[in-house]
This record gives sequence, structure tokens and C-alpha cells, in this order.
Amino acid sequence: MTLQISNMTRRFGPVDVLRGIDLTIGEGELIALLGPSGSGKTTLLKIIAGLDWPDAGGLSVQGEDWLPKTAQERRTGFVFQHYALFPHLKVRDNIAFGLTVMPRAQRPGKAQIAARVEELLHFLQIPALADRYPAELSGGQRQRVALGRALAISPPVLLLDEPFGALDAQVRRDLRRWLRGVHDATGTTTIFVTHDQEEAFELADRVVVMGAGRIEQTGRPDEIYDHPATPFVARFLGLTVEIPVTLRQGRAEAPGLDTSALPRRAMADGPATLFLRPADITPIPDPASPFRLTALTTTGATHRLVMEGPADCRPEAEVARRSAAALTVGQTLRLRPEAGQIFPGGPGAQTLPAAADNPRFKESTP
Amino acid sequence: MTPDQTPGALAPKESRLVPRLLIGAALALTAVFIVVPMIYIFHRALAEGWRLYAANILQPDTLHAVWLTAVVAVIVVPVNIAFGIAAAWLIARFSFPGRKALLVLIEIPFSISPIIAGICYLLLYGRQGLLGPWLIAHDIKILFALPGIVLVTMFVTSPFVMREVLPLMQAQGSEQEQAALTLGASGWQVFRRVTLPNIRWALLYGAVLCGARAIGEFGGVTVVSGNIRGQTNTLPLQIELLFHDLNVTGAFAAASTLTLIALVVLVLKVRLEGTRG
Repeated sequence: MTLQISNMTRRFGPVDVLRGIDLTIGEGELIALLGPSGSGKTTLLKIIAGLDWPDAGGLSVQGEDWLPKTAQERRTGFVFQHYALFPHLKVRDNIAFGLTVMPRAQRPGKAQIAARVEELLHFLQIPALADRYPAELSGGQRQRVALGRALAISPPVLLLDEPFGALDAQVRRDLRRWLRGVHDATGTTTIFVTHDQEEAFELADRVVVMGAGRIEQTGRPDEIYDHPATPFVARFLGLTVEIPVTLRQGRAEAPGLDTSALPRRAMADGPATLFLRPADITPIPDPASPFRLTALTTTGATHRLVMEGPADCRPEAEVARRSAAALTVGQTLRLRPEAGQIFPGGPGAQTLPAAADNPRFKESTP
Repeated sequence: MTPDQTPGALAPKESRLVPRLLIGAALALTAVFIVVPMIYIFHRALAEGWRLYAANILQPDTLHAVWLTAVVAVIVVPVNIAFGIAAAWLIARFSFPGRKALLVLIEIPFSISPIIAGICYLLLYGRQGLLGPWLIAHDIKILFALPGIVLVTMFVTSPFVMREVLPLMQAQGSEQEQAALTLGASGWQVFRRVTLPNIRWALLYGAVLCGARAIGEFGGVTVVSGNIRGQTNTLPLQIELLFHDLNVTGAFAAASTLTLIALVVLVLKVRLEGTRG
């Protein structure tokens, strides 16, 4: 089913949760809505399900206006982060729920419902759990049941809110692969919300990065990873080191910075900001550099360096432990970025409302 | 030398005196304040033999009081179940101005002496009351009749169901209901198949408490019933009347009936608590 969202806005009291969302989702796509908490992604998902309503804008599915329809009429089978299974029903009856509440005229017969549930239990690889109650299941098993309950009604679009958010890392990875398999087998248009970029990039055909009620960037995972469109996306994807530079003939220049590894950019000369991942920086001892090493901590395999430079710039770098053997706190270092993004404007110019209070925007990790 | 292997043998020895004193005190108080008086009720009721006991209970006025009490409970409990669910649903699921105030208002009957409720109804529906003349003109009898007793009992017992159901509904949140909606369930289906099963034990528990209070209510009812023997006397009022008549055996016989009902309710309540836990 194709789904079209146009110029959608939503306010909660004084807060603009959505500020003009435009998004078109194609038949059978698997879409990730990625963003920090408070970016409006869950609100957008709930509006699609009919559990919340926009103040303005349009929502249509297969060309049909969905806004006048209730959640009951849309039948999306919303999947919640904490599963929201019915605790008094067995797994089997949880999955059958959406079929048993259909109007009598359309409702399949008892035998048909039982057969459909059986088929889903096998498809989701949980036939042994059929007669258990939700309280007797692990988190991963509950999420499988929750997805089965949604799939049972063959929803026009499958909506999942942080589907793996409450699970531990290993189960999360397994379920991710499993969900991808389920999607490929059913072909159901699927939208899921996450704040975990790894999850979004591994699972989705297309990632929609949201920040402060706006869509910051839409694209394939590798496109977004390689070419973040805005400073917000760059920060969110872990390019947390920001160094003020001057652009001259497409090259970024700053004292103590060796940008020979970066390609030239077709950008106008003037002040700009270089965004870097801490792991993409190679520090080289250099007595003439303005960057002084102020802290050195280790996380086992890597060393984490904190430096102090001109204009309140405190870049961090991560280097393999081997190559950092010679570093001592207090010495000065030249920085050699191996990869990075340049956005025009000096320090502060890139600061977006969402990140205004925290330039190092750390909400990217859960 | 073999080490002493009693579990916890190496724990420091503490004096058992304090726990024993506390347990002893609790048992003694329970006996003095609860067990002895209850046994005494049955002892006095049966003091002059089973036959007199039966005769006292089967006395028409007492039988009528039992009947009236049952009627009141049968009307009040279902109404308060409906009211309690509606109020809990409203407060748990919706946010609206005055929500906190409503919560306080609903709990007022718990903090107000029932006799004040009785007097309020007297002033409202009485001959000289606010609605009195209108009621007389339309020949509607509320005070000194069943409607008055039911109204006051309802007032006194109204918070019980809501108080039990509300915390549960708040703790469970609305996600299950929202999930049911997006699976295509109608409002009524959501209520019957998701909300109600979730609160069923709390609801029953609240209903039992409500019923117990409805049966035992004295203060409010005594103001509005008019104490007409064989007509508007509920069981607690009948007990008081018999006592004033110096028919001590009769009073204790009626009291034993009420106590029996209370004991049955208590057993129900304990079993329900087990199920809920």
C-alpha cells in the first residue's frame, strides 16, 4: 500500500511536535523513522494508526483519505514497545483477537481462524508457545506474539513503535533479522520507529531521520551514512567533533589541522565547520599545534583522547591502544581527519533548535 | 571436630524476646477486641436455646428487616459497580480540567460521617427541604421509604469500587486498549474483552466491600428511614430497636445474622485477595 503524508503538523500545548511533515512511502517498503526522543517520530506513527490526530495536513493510503477514519476502521495492528499483549488470553487467542472482533458478516469461521493462527505460529517460529500466557514468555517471544497478532489481520501497513527497545542486545539482533525475513515474506508495507541508528540502517530500505518535528533527511542507509544532509544528521550519526575551519579553494584549514586526507569540496570560501567522528581522527605529536591533550582514558581496545584547542574547541578522538602508546597528557597534537563532513558557517551557525542546549547532542545512544 | 551445619548457624544470635512480645501483644489485642465480642454475640443469641433463637429470627419484623437489607444491597451494589467503573475509566483514561477535583469529590463519602449524608438528604428531600414541596406535589416518596434508604446507602458506599479499580487501570495504562482498537475492536468490544478481564478481580473485591458496607450501614440510614417496624427498618436498625425494647436475646439473634453475613463476606474477600495477588 502506498502511504502519503503531506504538510502534517501537531502541537501538544506549547510544543510543536510535528512541524510540516511530507513523506511518501511506497508499496512494500520497510521504513525506519529514526530520531532522538522528542523528535516526533512516535507521534507520527500514532497518527498513522489513528491513535492521535494532526492539527493540519493530510494522510492518505492508496489515494484514500485516512484522516476521517477511526483506528478501528484503519486496522493497522499497532505494535507497542512493551508489546501490550492481553495478559488474560493465551498466545493463540492473542493472535486470533483481531479476527474474532470482526463484524459477524465478515468474520471467518472458528476453524478458519484456528487455521490462520496455526499458520502464523509456524511462520513466526513459535508453535510451541501457543497455549502459554504472555506472563510465561520472554521479551523476545512476547514481541513475536505481538507481531503475530498484528499480522493476523493482514494490515494495510504494519506499524511498530520501538519494537526492540525493551530487549537485550543479542535478542535484538536476532529479532531484527527475523523481522526483515517476515517483511520480505509478507511484503507488507512496514514503518518502524527507533532511536538506534544501527537498527535503522541494518533493517530498513529507507531511513527517515527526524529531529524536532521535522524530517532532516530521507534516503537509503548508505546515502545517509556517507552524506548527512544537515549538521543535525551528522551529529546524530556520531560526527560529534566540530572544529571551526576556514574554507579556501575547497580545502578546510585551521591551525593544528592536517586535512590532506579529505577530498576537496566544491564550496565557497569562508568560515565553515568540520564534523568528524572521534574514530576518524589520527593524532600526531606536534609541538607547534594548538591542541593540547587534557585527558586520556581507555576502554580496553581503544584509547579515548580529550583535547583542548582554540576558541573553546574540545575535540575527542579514539585511537587503537597500540598507536597511542607514546601519548602523554599535556603534550600538543596535530589532528589528521581521515573522513569528515563540512557545513558552511562558523561555530553556532549549525546549531538547530533540537540541539540548542547541547551542541554535542548525546541522545543518539539509548 | 565437624563444623555445625545447621542453615544459618553462623548468623549472630539475636534475642527472640522482642518479636515474641510483639506477636503476643497482637494476639491478645485481636482476642480482646474482635474474637471475644464475636463469640459473645453468638453465646448471648443462643443463651436461651435454639428454639428461642429461631423464633427471634423468624419474627416477622426481623425477617422483613433481613429482606429489606437484601433488597437495598441488591440495588446498591450493581449501581455502584457501574458508577465505579465509569468513574475509574474517566479518571484513568482521560485528562480534563477538574480531574483531580473529581477524584477528591468521589472519595468524600469515605471521610464524611454517614450521619451527615443522612441529614443532607433529609434537608434536600424532606418536607421543608429544597425538593420537598415538588416531591409532595407529585406524590413521590423518597424519605422514610426504600428510595431514601437506597440513596443514602449508595452515597456511603459509592467510592468502594472505584477505589479498587482505579489504581489497577492507572497501572496498566491504555496500551492494551489502544492495541485492541487498532486490531479492529469496537469500543464495547475493547471494554468487554480487554478492560473488564483485566480489572475483574479488583472489581469483584470492590463489589464485596461495597456489599458488606451496604448491609451494615447504620448512621446514614437511621436518619432517612424513619424506623418504621416491618416497613423501613433494615437489619442494623432492627437490632438497635430490639435492644432498646430490652429484647436482648432478639437483638443478639438479629446481630448474629448480620455477623454471619459479614463473616461470609470476609471469607469471600480473603479468597479474592488470594486470586488477585
